[in-house]
Amino acid sequence: MTKSPRLRRILWTSNNEAVLWEEKEMKLNRRIFIGKGAVAAASLAAPSVFAAGHGKPRVVVVGGGAGGATAARYIAKDSKGEIAVTLIEPTRQYYTCFFSNLYLGGFKEMDELGHSYGAMAAGGVNVVHDWAVGVDRDAKIVSLAGGSSIPYDKLILSPGIDFVEGAVAGWDVSAQNAMPHAYKGGSQTELLKAQLMAMPEGGTFAMVAPPNPYRCPPGPYERVSMVAHFLKANNPTAKIIVADPKPKFSKQGLFQEGWANHYEGMVDWIGEDFGGGNVSVDPEAMTVTIDDEVTKVDVCNVIPAMKAGRIAELAGVTDGNWAPVNAADMSSKADGDVYVLGDASQQGDMPKSGFSANSQAKVCANAVRGALTGSKVFPAKFSNTCWSLIDTNDGVKVGATYEATDEKIAKVDGFISATGETAELRQATYEESEGWYAGITADMFGT
Amino acid sequence: MVAGTAYASEMGDHEKGEVVFKKCKSCHEVGEGAKNRVGPQLNGVFGRTAGTVADVKYSTNMIRMGNDGLIWTEQTLDAYLENPKALVSRTRMSFRGLKDADDRANLLAYLRIYSDNPADIPEAEPTATGTDHDLDPAILALEGDPEYGEYLASECQTCHQVSGVNDGIPGISGWPSDDFVVAMHAYKRKLRPHPVMQMMAGRLSDDEIAALAAYFMDLE
Repeated sequence: MTKSPRLRRILWTSNNEAVLWEEKEMKLNRRIFIGKGAVAAASLAAPSVFAAGHGKPRVVVVGGGAGGATAARYIAKDSKGEIAVTLIEPTRQYYTCFFSNLYLGGFKEMDELGHSYGAMAAGGVNVVHDWAVGVDRDAKIVSLAGGSSIPYDKLILSPGIDFVEGAVAGWDVSAQNAMPHAYKGGSQTELLKAQLMAMPEGGTFAMVAPPNPYRCPPGPYERVSMVAHFLKANNPTAKIIVADPKPKFSKQGLFQEGWANHYEGMVDWIGEDFGGGNVSVDPEAMTVTIDDEVTKVDVCNVIPAMKAGRIAELAGVTDGNWAPVNAADMSSKADGDVYVLGDASQQGDMPKSGFSANSQAKVCANAVRGALTGSKVFPAKFSNTCWSLIDTNDGVKVGATYEATDEKIAKVDGFISATGETAELRQATYEESEGWYAGITADMFGT
Repeated sequence: MVAGTAYASEMGDHEKGEVVFKKCKSCHEVGEGAKNRVGPQLNGVFGRTAGTVADVKYSTNMIRMGNDGLIWTEQTLDAYLENPKALVSRTRMSFRGLKDADDRANLLAYLRIYSDNPADIPEAEPTATGTDHDLDPAILALEGDPEYGEYLASECQTCHQVSGVNDGIPGISGWPSDDFVVAMHAYKRKLRPHPVMQMMAGRLSDDEIAALAAYFMDLE
């Protein structure tokens, strides 16, 4: 998969000019003037800035979600065109995973969740719709499925998550049409909605929840709330069971209060203490077995254990399931020219969320621009807020601010909604989430 | 790596905490295979309701504290370790207490390692104290630095849309800078309600608020 690196040699000509010869297959290829005397020596001492054959330093971003799109857009915009940014993203229309539960509940249409990359391209980012299938960190080249190779000076990986093989007994990716994960935005979400709508009267919706750490800690439980909301209106005798390997979950008090208030008797949460960690599924028979008890179900949402998107592993920057990073600038601990954002990173105290990825992207963009163009680099500041919708106009939130320590991104302060809040406050909280969605998608895509 | 960065400080040094824990070892175990002895094993103590480990002979007072809602957190554990009897009268833990705040912080950082609570869910307890911005002039840009204002403002723009549109979160573009400064200080002093804004304003110094005010006033 790797191309042999081009041989480059610096030659000094007779009038004290440094010149770069590029040799490819033993033929002299090009002659590029670098500069005279001391200036040339200085530029040779900063190889990450000098890009052979190009005027501009190059940043390649893999993944066009909350982390990658934000990083690409900010670097292109704030460098005022001084840095050449390439974004590699397979989808032409990005469907946000955040807010996808609201589509399941009937609060959003699918097209409200879709965003295109046109504005970003018009803003100067080279948007390439392809898959990254390899990274040669010595040659600093990203290989694409379509066959091209893209060289970089700095590489930003924001590939989201992939599922751990064999994490849920009986389930693998070939079963995802019978038992969707719907944990990557787009067609899987629509599939789950279709299955929900086709449930027989009084049927059973089962969810197999993931172990920590996973993307969007409150996500599965907002999904339960939204499914319950849909069923209450359309199939009120239907039931929801959740098999959970965890003894407790994010915003548990708030969700359980909400389920009791709005969906009395519909939701059965089986945590670790009751065998929720001992689960297998049979996609052909459509059964879920929890602690040796077999239940026939009509819809089964399997959310397996997660790991960093595979390109991070292929690039050699993961340690176990995730990619360790330096908190100050999100650079990989394995390679100072590679940065990892969002869900794929070992992000310390920050949860794996779209908000976190967007926050980390801005710290990273600031640091990358500084490294490449000498612009000012400011201390890292991170924050995250997670909103969840429990029922119509009943929203809750939890969030925190974070700063960099030597070891990790560490939480310094936080807040969380309380049980028993007034209906007005819950409605205002939900409305804030709408404002946030408009804000973050504008921030990511420049629309 | 970014030169000259000030880091937030971890709450306690867990290596030093392991040394402090020697005082506890005669009654408590922690880590893999830890069993109850005179006192309960301490795996998962963070977030645990007091007096609830099975098969442990707690004092009636400890059990009553648990029933009344005492949960072991950074704060309650710190108070208990300083003087156990002050928090739970007639506790069976006959320990005089750790007077040194650093010892307690280090010990808690050590115990933290063995607690189930994942640190990376949004409501997890803090594990660091933030940099003290008011005392950090070498790092912070001085008042009026437009680049710094722009960098700080990027954090706001995830929620406060650049277009100024109000979709449930008010627009702040084009605000007169005096109004901006007054509002942010009111949040910082927790006079003006809203937990998110109190938190965000709380970590900004006066200079940073001034930089932001200048930036947002000029938008649009």
